[in-house]
Amino acid sequence: MSEEQHPILNQLEQIQQDALAVLETAVDEAGITAWRSAHLGRTSPVMTVFSQMGQFPKELRPLVGQRANQVKLALEAALAEQAERVRQAELAQKLAAETLDVTLPGRPQTLGRLHPITQTLREIYRVMGEMGFQVYRARDVETDDYNFTLLNIPPHHPARDMWDTYYMTTPGMVLRTHTSPGQIRAMREYAPDPIRVILPGMCYRYEQVSARSEIQFNQVELLAVGKGITFGDLKGTLTDFARRMFGQNVRTRLRPSYFPFTEPSAEMDVECFVCGGKGCQVCKSSGWLEILGCGMVHPKVLENGGYDPREFTGFAAGMGPERITMLRHRIDDIRYFWSDDVRFLEQF
Amino acid sequence: MKVVLSWLKDYVDIDLSLEELARLLTRIGLEVEEVHSIGLPYPDDSVTGMKSDGHQEFKFNGLAWAPDKIVVAQIDEVMPHPNADRLVLCRLKDGVDEYVVLTGAPNLFEYKGRGPLPQPLKVAYAREGARIYDGHAEGLVLTTLKRAKIRGVESFSMVCSEKELGISEEHEGIMLLPPDAPTGTPLVDYLGDAVYEVSILPNMIRNACMLGVAREIAAALGKPLRKPVHSLPVTGAPLEGQVAIEITDPNLNPRFVLGLVRDVRPMPSPDWVQRRLKLAGMRPINSIVDATNYVMLEIGQPLHAFDYDVLVERAGGKAPTIITLDNVERQLDPYTILVTDTAGALSLAGVMGGLESEVTDRTRTVLLEGACWNFINIRRTISAQRLSSEAAYRFSRGVHPSLSQWGVELGMDRIAGWSGGSIAAGLVDAYPLPAVDPVVEITVEDIHRLLGIDLDLNLAAELLKRLEFICRMDEDRLLVQTPPHRLDIGTGVTGKADIIEEIARMVGYDQIPATRLSSSLPPQRGNAALEREEKLRDILARLGLQEVITYRLTAPEREERLAPLDGEYMALQNPIAPDRRVMRRSLLAALLEVAERNIRLRERLALFEIGPVFIPQPDGDLPAEPTRLAIFMAGQRDLPAWDGASPTRLDFYDLKGIVEAMLAGLHISGAVYELAVDARFHPGKCASIVVNGSQLGVFGELHPAVQRRWDLGDAPALCADLDADALLACLPDRRETLPVPAYPAILEDIAVIVDEAIPASRVADLIRQTGGKLVVDVRLFDVFRGDQIGSGKKSLAYSLTYQSMEGTLTDRETAQVRNRIVRRLEQELGAKLRGE
Repeated sequence: MSEEQHPILNQLEQIQQDALAVLETAVDEAGITAWRSAHLGRTSPVMTVFSQMGQFPKELRPLVGQRANQVKLALEAALAEQAERVRQAELAQKLAAETLDVTLPGRPQTLGRLHPITQTLREIYRVMGEMGFQVYRARDVETDDYNFTLLNIPPHHPARDMWDTYYMTTPGMVLRTHTSPGQIRAMREYAPDPIRVILPGMCYRYEQVSARSEIQFNQVELLAVGKGITFGDLKGTLTDFARRMFGQNVRTRLRPSYFPFTEPSAEMDVECFVCGGKGCQVCKSSGWLEILGCGMVHPKVLENGGYDPREFTGFAAGMGPERITMLRHRIDDIRYFWSDDVRFLEQF
Repeated sequence: MKVVLSWLKDYVDIDLSLEELARLLTRIGLEVEEVHSIGLPYPDDSVTGMKSDGHQEFKFNGLAWAPDKIVVAQIDEVMPHPNADRLVLCRLKDGVDEYVVLTGAPNLFEYKGRGPLPQPLKVAYAREGARIYDGHAEGLVLTTLKRAKIRGVESFSMVCSEKELGISEEHEGIMLLPPDAPTGTPLVDYLGDAVYEVSILPNMIRNACMLGVAREIAAALGKPLRKPVHSLPVTGAPLEGQVAIEITDPNLNPRFVLGLVRDVRPMPSPDWVQRRLKLAGMRPINSIVDATNYVMLEIGQPLHAFDYDVLVERAGGKAPTIITLDNVERQLDPYTILVTDTAGALSLAGVMGGLESEVTDRTRTVLLEGACWNFINIRRTISAQRLSSEAAYRFSRGVHPSLSQWGVELGMDRIAGWSGGSIAAGLVDAYPLPAVDPVVEITVEDIHRLLGIDLDLNLAAELLKRLEFICRMDEDRLLVQTPPHRLDIGTGVTGKADIIEEIARMVGYDQIPATRLSSSLPPQRGNAALEREEKLRDILARLGLQEVITYRLTAPEREERLAPLDGEYMALQNPIAPDRRVMRRSLLAALLEVAERNIRLRERLALFEIGPVFIPQPDGDLPAEPTRLAIFMAGQRDLPAWDGASPTRLDFYDLKGIVEAMLAGLHISGAVYELAVDARFHPGKCASIVVNGSQLGVFGELHPAVQRRWDLGDAPALCADLDADALLACLPDRRETLPVPAYPAILEDIAVIVDEAIPASRVADLIRQTGGKLVVDVRLFDVFRGDQIGSGKKSLAYSLTYQSMEGTLTDRETAQVRNRIVRRLEQELGAKLRGE
């Protein structure tokens, strides 16, 4: 009988086939464990071959040992493979069972927001800041002098009609009607340096509150003072500003106006960005939106600020952040801003 | 001001469409607010089918009359309607044919059944297919005339009221035209007109008249201006000796001119005069009053007509009051200027005449006043008397004295022309303070410096001459003298700016090229205070709080809800409403009002505001305006979700967490919190914050009794009232970072039992102090009270992080530190290690 034909070798072959044949039925962790102990355990057929090695002819033992080892390795490899399959299948099943309704709403989080006017003010600061304008803040309660007289509006001057003023019970004090007193304060602080400032702040108007007018409102003024500043610079600066705020292609126009503290004075309109100039409710069918008043700083105001008007020129412009916000977001009632209804504020 | 197109055309040729004229006016500073067309076509009008280029620049209203559909017609007979008392039938000719037209106009009833009328009535006749407004509809509703049967009589056309033609709201009867209106003429050719609503800038009062606007148009178009002239012969006896003028204070009354017209017969003014006055917004009264108003609207000089015979006859004392034309007896103030005669006050100068010397139908002799008044006094009178008038509007902004004489001359001419009578020869003219019209010197450099354009002085002079400036070249300077109808040009540097503005206006603002600032940048200073404030805003928003901005005007009682008043307010002299009569002293009080309005809208409300409060200062100084930070939180800790986690309410420690995170975000360390006594807050749930000895304010749960004063629900209201200036002053200018540790940290928990009265912060402080730099973090993770540890005691459990930058700590090293900490806690606080 040749070595090759010893029945043990066929047996080993059979052991491997039998074991692999049932491995596929081990489809869970328990089946895998049971299969391992049945086919690779101490008493399993292949391990029994190892323990009974003495029964085989001596010269055959290395071959049997080698074959038995091959069978064991084959079974182990198959087991590992099957075990991995089972793990994958079980994981897949587990995950499938965890499927969510992803359309359910997420847990609400609180998002804090800044007031829309804070947001608009910051945008103006940013745009003008890039042109070298820095923010200069002044006070709400002002003297009549700063609010009017030093701005070339003497007592009883017809121009005082342009402002509906709140007077304080303390004589000579008013609630500022515009941020222009800041022009004098900035000039007096900085003279004779050149000036480019943004003057923001709350202003007050003696007027019934309505959808169109408020007793308090923000104003932002621009003031540039220096040598060689011209009306052309005013136009250029404001046109750039309008493009940044309202769109690169927006058309603007300046038309003559009157402010006691500027000369020449102008008002700037931008083409209505709601209707593109065709006429709508927002622009009251005019195609244009009044955005700001402006002009070259009046020589007397320069003088009052400590600058020699024969040497220095300057321009000033004033706008309303509330109005700009209303136009941009189609807000039709200015009272929304200070009534602070969260249903309004949360839209910004 | 209402500017009448046909009236303007008396003075300047205008060959522009309604829209082009509106554009021109706006371009030169006469902003057109609205254009009311009377029959003339305008852009986007559905009647004419005219379309603009898609850019509508002005608000138009009114109605364009189709020339073939709406014509002048004549009614030859008014006949009763066979079936209706309230209707009549008119036999009417329209230049083409004769028709019978049905109407209900009450102003035709008086002609009913009189047979053929001796003088036909001229009317506006709308043919079938005409587009007109529905006279019976509310507001303006367009309708097209169609054939219809009304009470058995066929009707396809109509005679129109002013409302139906879009002229006015008038619909009481049909519009009757003057007898000389040419039958068959298109109505638009006969009556077509437009009224421009123009806003007059305060420095342009010279343009509050037709001539002023016409002058601007003529200047802008480079066309000649035709000024009105007086043409009637002077036939009457001289005025001299009949009246004398005495001016008490020339500063208040620089000029006073009188003229006299005898033998007048007041009557209704000519139709065209009445029409113009109405279009300009004034009510026709009689031919004398109308003449004064007409001249005012024409050249801007208000006039006043006295009944001369009353002046001569009246007697009376010097009463301290005057009864004005509006039948109000007025007390007089020391600064009120009066026109008086020997018998006392006649009129409030420049504002309103007196009732006694009013012109009436019985007036036969008119004394006509044209004067010039100090605008400041007129303004004070207007505001003291709460009285205004067309005259006062103009005088309060300054009318040039040269117009007094011209106004009286034109006035007398109009009076005699429309009321008959003879004009007395000569005027009595007191002119103690002649106007000095400024002369301003302009150079090419001046223009360049302000406008940035190079303009030849001859060209500048040309532009200015169109506005009647008198210009003279003197080498390289232009001497510009102000024309004698305006007071808005100053002298010196102001005058230069004034003149250059006029040049810019005439050049056109749109013709001045836009440039970028090229002058040197100022020193860049930044605004540190604002940057810090904005950083604070960002941090609070990042922490989930909504920013609000509230009114800075309030009332003491609104703030008293929060705490009794403890100081004076900055108060308004003229509040618009009693609940907004002072400047706020408390930001939190304002925030609570916002909270109250929103509390029912959200399950969780978290709000903040940063803004000033106003604290009066002694000695009439301006108030201090310190910046405060107020926070309000209430409601659920987490927003409700659908999976039903049980809601818990925000409490003191949520707010404290916000405060701590805010300080951490600002890199402010070393805050000390102590139980604070503040009547606004819960006595056991209020803490003060002190950083480096600086008091930042308090926060905590609102006192329940205080909270009840607002409708804030029953959840605890958590509020902070902080001094934002002090807070932001704590911000470090610079800060350094620590390296990330290279060696592992060792974590250890330690629980100690201490007396209830010992604040947790003392335990943590001692642990930190004793642990030194090896203990890098001390975190409280549990507070326990119970029988196991005895009453009056609490267990505080801390998680300690040991960390060295030099190497890995050994158990022995950490044990040493730990033992030191425990010993120290035992010695100083009588603490016991829990579990021992």
